[in-house]
Amino acid sequence: MRFRTHPMMFRRLMAALLVVLPLAFVAGCSMQDYPQSSLHPHSNYAQWIQTLLEQLTFWVVIIFVVVQALLIYAAIRFRSRPGAPDPKPIHGNTALEIGWTIAPALILTLVAVPTVLTIFKSQAPPPEDALQVRVVGHQWWWEFQYPDLGITTASELHVPVGVPVNISLETADVIHSFWFPAMGGKRDVIPGRTNRLWFTPSDIGQYPGQCAELCGTSHANMRMALMVQAPEEFQAWVAAQQLPPIEPEAGTLAAQGKQYFTQGQCIVCHMIQGVSAGVIGPNLTHVGSRTTIAGGIFPNDAADLGKWIINAPARKPGAKMLSLKDMAMSPEQVPAIVAYLQSLK
Amino acid sequence: MATTTAAIHAPVQAESGLWSWITTVDHKRIGILYGTTAFVFFLIGGLEATIMRLQLMRPDNTLVSPDFYNELFTMHGTTMIFLAVMPLSASFFNFLIPLMIGARDVAFPRLNAFSYWIFLFGAIFLNLSFFFGGAPDVGWFGYSNLTSKQFSPGHGVDFWAVGLQILGIASLAAGFNFIVTIVNMRAPGMKLMRMPLFVWMTLVTSFLIILAFPVITVALVFLLFDRFTGTNFYVPAAGADPVLWQHLFWLFGHPEVYILILPAMGIISEVLPTFSRKPLFGYPVVVYSGIFIGFMGWGVWSHHMFAVGLGPLADSFFALTTMLIAIPTGVKIFNWLGTIWGGRIEFKTAMLFALGFIAMFTMGGLSGFMHASPPADLQQTDTYFVVAHIHYVLYGGAIMGIFAGIYYWFPKITGRKLGEGLGQLHFWLNFVALNVTFFPMHFVGLLGMPRRIYTYAPHMGFDWMNLLSTAGVFGIIAAVLVFMWNVSRSLRHGEVAGPDPWGGATLEWAIPSPPPAHNFGTIPTVHSLDPLWHREGPELVKTANRIGGPIHMPPGSHWPMASALGITLLLSGMVFGWWLGIPGVLITLYGIYSWAFEPCT
Repeated sequence: MRFRTHPMMFRRLMAALLVVLPLAFVAGCSMQDYPQSSLHPHSNYAQWIQTLLEQLTFWVVIIFVVVQALLIYAAIRFRSRPGAPDPKPIHGNTALEIGWTIAPALILTLVAVPTVLTIFKSQAPPPEDALQVRVVGHQWWWEFQYPDLGITTASELHVPVGVPVNISLETADVIHSFWFPAMGGKRDVIPGRTNRLWFTPSDIGQYPGQCAELCGTSHANMRMALMVQAPEEFQAWVAAQQLPPIEPEAGTLAAQGKQYFTQGQCIVCHMIQGVSAGVIGPNLTHVGSRTTIAGGIFPNDAADLGKWIINAPARKPGAKMLSLKDMAMSPEQVPAIVAYLQSLK
Repeated sequence: MATTTAAIHAPVQAESGLWSWITTVDHKRIGILYGTTAFVFFLIGGLEATIMRLQLMRPDNTLVSPDFYNELFTMHGTTMIFLAVMPLSASFFNFLIPLMIGARDVAFPRLNAFSYWIFLFGAIFLNLSFFFGGAPDVGWFGYSNLTSKQFSPGHGVDFWAVGLQILGIASLAAGFNFIVTIVNMRAPGMKLMRMPLFVWMTLVTSFLIILAFPVITVALVFLLFDRFTGTNFYVPAAGADPVLWQHLFWLFGHPEVYILILPAMGIISEVLPTFSRKPLFGYPVVVYSGIFIGFMGWGVWSHHMFAVGLGPLADSFFALTTMLIAIPTGVKIFNWLGTIWGGRIEFKTAMLFALGFIAMFTMGGLSGFMHASPPADLQQTDTYFVVAHIHYVLYGGAIMGIFAGIYYWFPKITGRKLGEGLGQLHFWLNFVALNVTFFPMHFVGLLGMPRRIYTYAPHMGFDWMNLLSTAGVFGIIAAVLVFMWNVSRSLRHGEVAGPDPWGGATLEWAIPSPPPAHNFGTIPTVHSLDPLWHREGPELVKTANRIGGPIHMPPGSHWPMASALGITLLLSGMVFGWWLGIPGVLITLYGIYSWAFEPCT
């Protein structure tokens, strides 16, 4: 019995197999399993890259299969067998050699054209109505400023879905690299330069990212999250962030905490709008509204915040924040400071 | 064909013992010194990798501190590139080039000894950093401004910069030596297009070395000035652009990649024809594509810098030049396939490693092709995808090629064959283990794991692939142990090889194994590309072993070693202080003076 397949269908099936098989492993996986995956695009930019990557993978898999098949076939077919005659001393074949010079050149052309188109498309100026964000890399945390909205925050970048985000990238110290894989490729953050990157998030969700260029001791602990929100949700967040910090009620633990905060060394590095003016550490005006602390590595809860304040360098190697002891503060002050920081929603 | 040494005019010198090795200027002995030293550093680099893999075995692991982890990957990269793969290649250059071109030694035998000693001392100096306040921890690429005094106040970066300068002297001296040797000292009749392919690749590599190392030398001089005298070549606060370092480093760094891989390509181009019983397919095309790769290697450096933001025009240019390199590389692979096609393939261990090279290098080449495309690269660069890529190229490629060479020429070097059974075990263990180790890295990288992170969070999905990679390392360790056992066993009990155990075509197989100090009794005249496979073969073998007249061999000398020691001490003084630098200057001057005026007979 002969098995008949429509040639067109067969070709499509083969193409699908070739692209899908190598990516099957990951394509079959959900974003939940691999939250930082670069193969699950959630922006226009990431989608352009994904489309290009699929074309590259298609050719790479074909070449891989052809070369390895030829290699294995030759190794088996031409293995030495007893009594086999000496092989013909062939020194070359001009037609063949021209052929296998031109074939890769053709494949290269097929890949080079979409590559160059994607380069220019993705590095074109952003749309006029883009949301402006200024990102500043620090050893080892990310600062996010919204110059038009008057907001400064850290480690968590909030953006509305479907609106282009125009990001300018700067660093306070060494080279870092800004990377949210779900949003597209990374871009280095270089001293003395302002780099740019823009994308339009296409799906609501929370996406992890992290620094991708070696930047010293806690390079691995320089993480961040992107919160892609519905427009009204984003507006609500903006409104809350634009408010002045909450003033704790007199007599509460939080009020006590504010006193410790302002009298201690906290104010040297941290800014709380109207309270302190430090610029070395993250802005804490609305720190209570964030989900993580310490460059996105610990949850923002009372226990972790307390441990962090007591001895930050022990929790995160190399952290610039002094331990409580070095700040000449006492552990009894910690619960009050934690209460104050948590109140800063 | 009994050779007599009566006619050999060489000064009396020790033939064995430690002093004979310290004073040797014999290219074969220097080759052996290079090979064994480099293998020790290969083990050290492997140990560093093993500790890293143990740390990454599971999320949030705390086996090593982040700073030590940063030292480990910096030293692993630096060691494997400068102290393992390059000197392993140099060991083949040394042992084989004079034998393959029909010469008695290299053009400058004492300079050759000097290269080795300065490599050894530089390597020791670099590794001393572990015991003097911490090894370098800024990555093997040492991007400024992380390397500045402000962000790396310790001595690690100084050790790294000075160590690379010392090693650069060794590479430059060797590069010039081999260019002069290959250009001037070929046997009569050996035209350029009759040179074995390994000789060609050595020539191309040597040109890359002498052109690339000055670039990193300059880059490092700027860095050392910044760190020691407070200049501002890379200090952004003073208006400098730290990207300057990246341009200089990769202008060296990309040719360096070809410095690492071209010798291995040369090796397998010798192994494949021998065990297929067929000449290399399309020899001229393989030669030209090697030259073309070497040439194009200068026009692609910014593909390491797509994330820097050089603009769409620069990105496109470097994408196209990078893709262009895929053409000669592909041509080489097809010509190797053409070589074994229609042959009579004997699966000796050397051949297995050569075939393994083709399979693994193709993998590495194809993943490289994927990040030749800048948009794709922006997702892949600085992730484990690139770690997978470089290890397929440098472990699956360069190291497998080097192992092919070791199995192929071990009989020539020692007079005995390596055990075939253990060899096959070594190959298969290594082949499976390297894929278990490095293949999952493609995926863990695409799934978002950056490079050079000492830890990762448990909920990222990186866990089991990292565990698998770590498991694979133990397979690689087992394979290396099998190899070491094989070497130690075969040195004593291996099958005696005779002059030509594999039926090779090139000149080194015409003379005894191991070759006598003077290599050739009479320098033979060469009439073809594969002389021993031609009618001229038997006659050529006779000539090569017949002492035709007085042979002048250079005397041993300890001055190259003394000069190398002096230069190393001199430069070490930058880190340790003037009390070491001043004796270094004196020893250097005295060493070079004595070297220059040493009688040559």
